[in-house]
Amino acid sequence: MEEIVNLFHGFAVALQPFNIMVMLVGIVLGVIIGVLPGLGGANGVAILLPLTFSMPPTSAIIMLSCIYWGALFGGAITSILFNIPGEPWSVATTFDGYPMAQQGKAGEALTAAFTSSFVGALFAVVMITLVAPLVASFALQFGPAEKFAVYFLAFCSFVGLSKEPPFKTIAAMMMGFALAAVGLDSITGQLRLTFGFTEMLNGFDFLIAVIGLFGIGEILITMEEGLSFRGGKAKIDLRVVLQTWKSLPAYWMTSLRSCVIGCWMGITPAGATPASFMSYGIAKRVSKNGNNFGKGEIEGVIAPETAAHAAGTAALLPMLSLGVPGSPTAAVLLGGLLIWGLQPGPMLFVEQKEFVWGLIASMYLGNLFGLIVVLTCVPIFAAILRVPFSIIAPLILVLCAIGAYSVHSSTFDVMLMLVFGVVGYLLKKCNYPLAPLVLAIVLGDKAEEAFRQSLLGSFSNPLVSTIMVLGLIALFWSAIQEGFSRLRTATA
Amino acid sequence: MTTNSSRAAGPRHKMVEAGVALLIALFGIVVIIGSVKAGINWGAEGPRAGFFPFYIGIFIVVSSVINLWHALREDNDEPFAEWGQLRQVMSVVVPTAIYVGAMPFTGLYVASVIFIGWFMRWLGKYSWLTVLGVAFGMPIVTYFIFERWFLVPLPKGPLEEWLGL
Repeated sequence: MEEIVNLFHGFAVALQPFNIMVMLVGIVLGVIIGVLPGLGGANGVAILLPLTFSMPPTSAIIMLSCIYWGALFGGAITSILFNIPGEPWSVATTFDGYPMAQQGKAGEALTAAFTSSFVGALFAVVMITLVAPLVASFALQFGPAEKFAVYFLAFCSFVGLSKEPPFKTIAAMMMGFALAAVGLDSITGQLRLTFGFTEMLNGFDFLIAVIGLFGIGEILITMEEGLSFRGGKAKIDLRVVLQTWKSLPAYWMTSLRSCVIGCWMGITPAGATPASFMSYGIAKRVSKNGNNFGKGEIEGVIAPETAAHAAGTAALLPMLSLGVPGSPTAAVLLGGLLIWGLQPGPMLFVEQKEFVWGLIASMYLGNLFGLIVVLTCVPIFAAILRVPFSIIAPLILVLCAIGAYSVHSSTFDVMLMLVFGVVGYLLKKCNYPLAPLVLAIVLGDKAEEAFRQSLLGSFSNPLVSTIMVLGLIALFWSAIQEGFSRLRTATA
Repeated sequence: MTTNSSRAAGPRHKMVEAGVALLIALFGIVVIIGSVKAGINWGAEGPRAGFFPFYIGIFIVVSSVINLWHALREDNDEPFAEWGQLRQVMSVVVPTAIYVGAMPFTGLYVASVIFIGWFMRWLGKYSWLTVLGVAFGMPIVTYFIFERWFLVPLPKGPLEEWLGL
């Protein structure tokens, strides 16, 4: 029951006028970020992070997390109206959303997408409310060995669950660890891997990497593909909304399944993108309208949107309770915590009750506001996409530069951002995943510290071995799956 | 994309992939060298500074060798991108590099005005009025949001000093 009381205190915090204003600003900025090509959740939050330095931490996290929710909503608008996924997790939404828009059912598709996003997020927030305090109180007893085991599990599930080839995932992840290692070694106080360059003393900041890899890299890819917008009309009136809402309960099974898939994929750091694909795939296989998927089936919009939003929200659970972010955007938020002087991890639930519960309460409110904002303002947001890319692109590039500069007030970082951008373009074109790279830069130092400390102690206790075995299963998951399916065909 | 034939002019995807794998391997080797310099064995208080990155470096090299092998073995002849597309990409990279390089000397605002203006005029072919509006508008808005409201200082050059901002 203590959680309920805490949650109500959280609502009291989130409902302060300043925080409500911050929430609305965050949602609107987030939707814009989600709509614009080249600006996504992770780098959008990274660029705007410096703006929050002077705010109280609770308002800051509310604003940044609302940007994230907004970006999750915004991704759906471009996928459905323009067949351009504003975010990687909305690729699966284009499969049925765009055909629906072409058939003149754009309003229906948008309503379905926004509503399912909301349902997915709500499910995940309720789960966070109930589960996060338990996980945190359990994790309070963790020593270095247990911490390392959790990191191990997180990174193994990346390799096992991502759709990219496993060795590319490993290469990308290890590059992240190497970049994190540059500079001062936190245990011995020794310098390493700087090769005499004074700029590298402090190591690489992951915010710069995020802005470069996701922001600049994305713009370069968009430039290469050449954008042409042929958008459907965007208009939602109340009648369409109510009509669609009436039809939605029939798909409760799809929604529930997608919620569970999303939460699971969000907690294990696979993230929203694979969750949306998986949910779409399963829905297609199970649904009796499966053959119509891809031709404008409303269920094909509900499934990926619910899962993506549930996953994006659930990614905050391990970030809050364990200090292990479940997605690149959660990683950026975690970086924010460090900048505001908060130590992410289970102690937050003990020491920073107001912060944690204020954030959780703002998730309920933020998603509700988000739903209202996107339902009412779709035409405005869609109009942003009609601004030609040759105006948008330089503005985004300048914004990225400002974001990169203001992290440490260093022009060297801006150059670094460009380098990361070109690297990100090449890696993405060659099918290397970028999320593990970013997460490894964020967690590298902590994982290394836990690893080295646990080398001094001992690894052998049941909890550690259980988590490590789970990690190994996750690591070889695709191989195990293949083995099973072979076994099945052999026996059949 | 006009042609999807495998003979479209441009570098082969396979070769770019191999090149990227090689570069990553090179990065791994640099990491290994740096770690060895920092000391990879155990000191008096446990593993020394280079211990962890050393093994990271080995992982990088091994996985990129495997990626390289996969890349070379693959017999698809797809182009990485057409030359025209790569020219598009370079038309962003090069001016951005100049923009970023000029920033320490001119400050952010002057560089941004020129960069946005150039981009819109050259690639977008807009009328001078639109170009000037956006090119000056954006940095001015930025100034108020970042420096005035949120007190985040941005790099300034001689012009801002002269204006006393």
